[in-house]
Amino acid sequence: MSWLLRFFSSSIGKKLIMALTGLFLCSFLVVHMIGNTQLFYADQGLAFNKYAVIMTSNPLIEIISIGLYFFILLHTVQGLLLAYKNRQARPVGYAKFNNSSRWQSRNMAILGTIILVFLVVHMSRFWYQYRFDYVPYKKYVENIQTGQMVSTQAMAESYAVKRRIVEDLDETTGHKVTIVRDLYKEVEVAFQNLPLVLLYVLSMVALAYHLVHGFQSGFQTLGLNHPKYNPLVRWVGVGLFAILIPAVFAAMPIYFYVKSLG
Amino acid sequence: MAEGHSADNMTLTLKVWRQKNRNTEGRFVTYTLGGVSPDMSFLEMVDILNTQLIERNEEPIAFDHDCREGICGSCAMYINGRPHGPKQVTACQLHMRSFNDGDTITIEPWRAAAFPIIKDLSVDRSAFDRIVAAGGYISINTGNAQDANSTPVPKEAADEAFMAAACIGCGACVAACKNASAMLFVSAKISQLALLPQGQAERRIRAEKMVAQMDEEGFGACSNTGACSAECPKGISMTNIARMNREYYGAKLKSTNV
Ligand code: HEM
Ligand code: FES
Repeated sequence: MSWLLRFFSSSIGKKLIMALTGLFLCSFLVVHMIGNTQLFYADQGLAFNKYAVIMTSNPLIEIISIGLYFFILLHTVQGLLLAYKNRQARPVGYAKFNNSSRWQSRNMAILGTIILVFLVVHMSRFWYQYRFDYVPYKKYVENIQTGQMVSTQAMAESYAVKRRIVEDLDETTGHKVTIVRDLYKEVEVAFQNLPLVLLYVLSMVALAYHLVHGFQSGFQTLGLNHPKYNPLVRWVGVGLFAILIPAVFAAMPIYFYVKSLG
Repeated sequence: MAEGHSADNMTLTLKVWRQKNRNTEGRFVTYTLGGVSPDMSFLEMVDILNTQLIERNEEPIAFDHDCREGICGSCAMYINGRPHGPKQVTACQLHMRSFNDGDTITIEPWRAAAFPIIKDLSVDRSAFDRIVAAGGYISINTGNAQDANSTPVPKEAADEAFMAAACIGCGACVAACKNASAMLFVSAKISQLALLPQGQAERRIRAEKMVAQMDEEGFGACSNTGACSAECPKGISMTNIARMNREYYGAKLKSTNV
């Protein structure tokens, strides 16, 4: 096994870890973004709240989540160690420096640190709260024939069941009753806070810059540099990961903030 | 003809890094140099300054040079924030017409932990030699010279190998990289052999040994910024780094070196 250890402590092996974890995190972003667009549904959060239940109870998703936490840590620690080692390779800098590379490619660690601060705030806010803290329940009553929402009602604080979701069909009225933890409400309340909204938007700008370089860089690190596929990688890296995904994520806090204004 | 619309006789302010040896502190010394012709090479300009310094009984500026025709890779100067200056050519191929009369030019040595300063602008690049010595060659006994076409090589492979072999080992890639990474150099040396039939037998062990030596020397890792390739006087492409990564992964997976 010593060859494997030596491989992962070589400069190329370390970058392979960055590329694999980084691209895995990219794939997570796609899923996370698609799921979270349910915040935009005009259903008072029902779809989003049900989605939150699935994401925290399906065993397969749970296993992938554990992998995700591990990869975030690995990517962060390895990224900061690499940045430190790379600095040591040039102990004395230049007096005059006109670099012919892009700013974001030289500042991945700074961009990553902004993302890290964001992740800590984001996870302690929503992830921790949903998993370990109190989130009130909400009752939704839908007419299954028409698909219309009949009524909704926030449950009293004293309401607590073991399950995260209770679903019931009343056959006489044709009403479906869903009682589910109302994460949507937490999101709505959180994003009435302007500094938090600004932190989210700024972090998505940092993410965009991290990925405009990072996505393509990851492929290069894997050794996947080919004239036939490079345009596709560039297109996906810029269009999807540096523009669409950060923009949709940034739209969420902005949407709730604007909504709260009236 | 003249690109910079410079006068026939330029006067320049030169901020040059002076450092006695590895163990003493260096500093910038500013010189004013008149009578510079736009047709001179950058090195000839420094020669003139050195002649004046010698006449004034001062220590001339130490700098590396040899062929002065852009093929040996000796000349190494970080000029106005870029390796070899504003044009993508070696310093010996840089003409003073790329500057304007009255310009201030900052001249620094290559900066890298793996390239310790010997004196002034001259740095010790023997780390490159040690990387090549670690495996950048073919160690088979070739016997007598063969017939030219006995080892057929497709043109495409020959061209690509040749483009990698154009590397003159000047170290501009290390100088340009924010991580002082030697990956462009090492990848060119690995590629020129990996692409040819003669290089196949030692392909794996070569990638392993050269990368290990590169790390040993204290060069940084690759952040794929592309500064190396953009500044390379021979235009060595980043595709070589991707190839080196593939070679290295393959070597680590398959070599018997456990
Ligand atoms: C959602 C979060 C993140 C995603 C999707 C992501 C993605 C990526 C990708 C794809 C790369 C390119 C890997 C390569 O060049 O081979 C990368 C590089 C990098 N990431 Fe991240 N990253 C994220 C968060 C972070 C965090 C939190 C940090 C640490 C503070 C960080 C630090 C770095 C650094 C320093 C590099 C450059 C390594 C180098 O080229 O030398 N990233 N990231
Ligand atoms: S002196 Fe030989 S390349 Fe410049």
